[in-house]
Amino acid sequence: MKMNGEMMAIKITDLNTPETITWCPGCGDMAILMGVKGAIAELGVEQKDIVIVSGIGCSSYVPQYVKTYGVHSLHGRSLPVASGIKLANNKLTVIAEGGDGDGYGIGMGHFIHIMRRNIDLTYIVHNNAIYGLTKGQTSPTSKKGMVTKSTPAGSLEEPVNPEALAILGGATFVARVYAGDVVHMKKIMVEAVKHKGFALVDVLQPCVTYNSFNTYQFWQQRVYKLEDEKGYDVKNKWKALERASEQGMHADRIPIGIFYKEERPTYEDGVPEIRDVPCAKQPIDGIQIGKILERYK
Amino acid sequence: MVNEISWKIGGEAGYGIDTSGQAFARCCSRGGLNVRTVSEYPSLIRGGHNTFHVTASEGDLQSPKKELDMLVCLNKETVDRHYKQVKKGGIIVYDADEVKIETAKYRSDVEWFSVPLLAITVELKIDKVMRNTVAVGASIGLLDYDIEILRDMMGKKFAKKGESVISANLGAIDKGYEYVKKNYKGNFKAKLKKCTGPCARPLLNGNDALSIGAIKAGCKFISAYPMTPATSVMINLASVEKEYSIVVKQTEDEIAAVNMTIGASIAGARAMTATSGGGFSLMVEGLSLAGATETPIVIVLAQRPGPSTGLPTWTEQSDLKFALHGGQGEFARILIAPGDHEECFWAGVESFNLTEKWQCPVIILTDKHLADGFSTVNIDESKAKIDRGLLMTDAQAAKETDYKRYEFTANGVSKRAVPGMVNFMHVAVGDEHEEHGRINEDEGNRTDMSDKRNKKLNFILKELPEPKLYGPENAEITLISWGSCKGPVLEAMKELEAQGIKANFLHYIYVWPLKTEKLVKLMDKAKKTVVIENNKTAQLGALISEVIAKQVKYKVLKYNGRQFYPSEITEKVKEIAKNGKETELVVR
Ligand SMILES: Cc1ncc(C[n+]2csc(CCOP(=O)(O)OP(=O)(O)O)c2C)c(N)n1
Ligand code: SF4
Ligand SMILES: [Mg+2]
Repeated sequence: MKMNGEMMAIKITDLNTPETITWCPGCGDMAILMGVKGAIAELGVEQKDIVIVSGIGCSSYVPQYVKTYGVHSLHGRSLPVASGIKLANNKLTVIAEGGDGDGYGIGMGHFIHIMRRNIDLTYIVHNNAIYGLTKGQTSPTSKKGMVTKSTPAGSLEEPVNPEALAILGGATFVARVYAGDVVHMKKIMVEAVKHKGFALVDVLQPCVTYNSFNTYQFWQQRVYKLEDEKGYDVKNKWKALERASEQGMHADRIPIGIFYKEERPTYEDGVPEIRDVPCAKQPIDGIQIGKILERYK
Repeated sequence: MVNEISWKIGGEAGYGIDTSGQAFARCCSRGGLNVRTVSEYPSLIRGGHNTFHVTASEGDLQSPKKELDMLVCLNKETVDRHYKQVKKGGIIVYDADEVKIETAKYRSDVEWFSVPLLAITVELKIDKVMRNTVAVGASIGLLDYDIEILRDMMGKKFAKKGESVISANLGAIDKGYEYVKKNYKGNFKAKLKKCTGPCARPLLNGNDALSIGAIKAGCKFISAYPMTPATSVMINLASVEKEYSIVVKQTEDEIAAVNMTIGASIAGARAMTATSGGGFSLMVEGLSLAGATETPIVIVLAQRPGPSTGLPTWTEQSDLKFALHGGQGEFARILIAPGDHEECFWAGVESFNLTEKWQCPVIILTDKHLADGFSTVNIDESKAKIDRGLLMTDAQAAKETDYKRYEFTANGVSKRAVPGMVNFMHVAVGDEHEEHGRINEDEGNRTDMSDKRNKKLNFILKELPEPKLYGPENAEITLISWGSCKGPVLEAMKELEAQGIKANFLHYIYVWPLKTEKLVKLMDKAKKTVVIENNKTAQLGALISEVIAKQVKYKVLKYNGRQFYPSEITEKVKEIAKNGKETELVVR
């Protein structure tokens, strides 16, 4: 297969696993899976050097469906597990993945802190504004007033705005994509993985079973691409913040593409002792502790 | 007379109690003596009452001893709280200019000796905080100990801080010492001599020993969140992170801490976290993930008294059952409860071998007393071995055609590969899975997988050493305990023997899985069995009856936030030996 004029090392089919996909027909997760596989195929990183770490939710099944290393961890905990992997072996390409409940609800504490750390990994959030796997409760990104099983009178809370939060939180790559546009999504994912530092890719993902508000049609009519906007500068933090805050995922016009990008040293850059030989690869036989004991005399 | 003393200094927080206590302790250890310490401080940054208690002996010494030869009081509160603890003929040192008391109203069977600590600092034009240093100099004078050890130590300690700091400290020491030599005309008998034995052994607290053990074992990653009394494990590793290439990550909470540890281990690093009960509560879901994914992790659980925040800076052994049962579902785990500082070091080493060999979580249960108290240790690092179990190499990977991360095997342990290896790709998943690691909910697979995870325990049990028996095979009374109670029980046995009571003692380091062969034999033979625990509900006692369906009849318990002292155990065991009507004896 040829893409961008380069010979591909990995074919999409190399990434298949024997698992049967269990998502509902038409679920946006299918498209995201295609995006992820496409991005991996294009990256040119060997499969054995990639780890996909997920939490729990419909979205978190991705590692089961992509032939790389994977961890399907706990609800909300993909980021700390992924951070541990990256800090122990910074030669690996680490992708964390999960739902909006996983990342912006139960896992919010980790999300906020990984951004200021700028650990070099990519975080793909399947944002369907609903709890899918538990069958339709309100989520941190549900539109205010949305009727769900747990909010029969309509949700009373303002939704989290992940892009605005990420821009202010210190993320060095902030993007939103739409599961209905796989080609664009894949392109942004490739850039996100290539970006040196923490990259957020928030994906507008229709849940065809439990979210009848944020449908394909809803998003199809509203999204536009930031890269098509004349003069939009991904390095302008305050303009990016303005755009992100005014045009959230439920707005009348919804920007997709890269909101913000910045070059900043990663967390790992600050740990020079693991740069050449990751700590997971260092020999551990014959370590001498005599000189430490000496200090305690 | 034995060359042994028990010394305590007390004062308000901010008086440098810990510094002077450690200086005194180190000075004893440099003189070749065995040292055991206890420090007490409330959970406050400023104010509150602090003490540092040092027992030093030329002979075998397993525990600090409660009864004091010398009490040094930097304030009146120290007198009020501790004067009763001084032995008859002991001495109380204070500064009569500051501590205005009528000594006769307290006690007349001890000596009272005033040293003008404050006046000396004024005379020397040094900060009045240095009263503590004057007091240490005076203490050494009263004990006729070698002042040069202390002078030499201070010189080295402050070498980097410059001449003026050194001379201020030496001045304070000398003045305290000289004041005693000139003015003390009393009758205080306890003396301390340096000995010619193995001089200058390391003086470590439990967290130090454990951390150094972990470093020796090749621990390359720690993620933790500060919590007393576990914090210094992370701090210790951080202090040598560059030297030993260790990644030290302070996290946003304990949930992140345990999950990062799991991530690092999945990537192939020997990884650990450290916390106390509250933090462990946040970790249990991660613990269970490690159980399900068979990921090696070491968790240090330094116990302190609960429930909830409890007594944050005091000690207790009340999380044994929590450590054993915390986490959803059923999976193998190993609990190690070192009894002293050398055992802390070896727990630091062995925990990593066990967790990698058996691919199940290992929890090291210490407590504030062990974590924070110091003792002189003998560590022969050449005895340490590294065993990474079934961790695969790249060469092995080349041959693999159908890798099963969770392959069913005789002892439940399967080949472990880490990302970056060809032919080994798999998903570590907390959902139930089949041998390759693919999610699978079939009833047969589930049963087999649960058997796989749990049968490891039988094999681990076979490999673990039996608990150690101290004292004779046959005795009237068998004492049973675990973890940090070891020292006080061993000292109590000496006292009991001197008083004609024959006891033996079974000490558990590996509290899970529980070895019972020796235990059952002893229980069959002994007239009386006593479990001794630093908690309210005798958790080891309960565990024993659960496992062997036999009751340990007597319990000696202490749960006032303080560790046992030998004399307290001696007294209670004597009571049991003599009448034994009461079965639950509480040290208050
Ligand atoms: C600690 C914990 N609490 C609750 C759950 C139950 N649970 C599983 S998935 C989920 C929410 C799923 O929503 P989201 O993260 O948005 O993922 P989605 O299914 O929508 O992709 C919840 C609450 C759990 N697995 N663990
Ligand atoms: S419930 Fe929603 S999110 Fe989950 S698989 Fe079905 S459509 Fe997708
Ligand atoms: Mg969701």
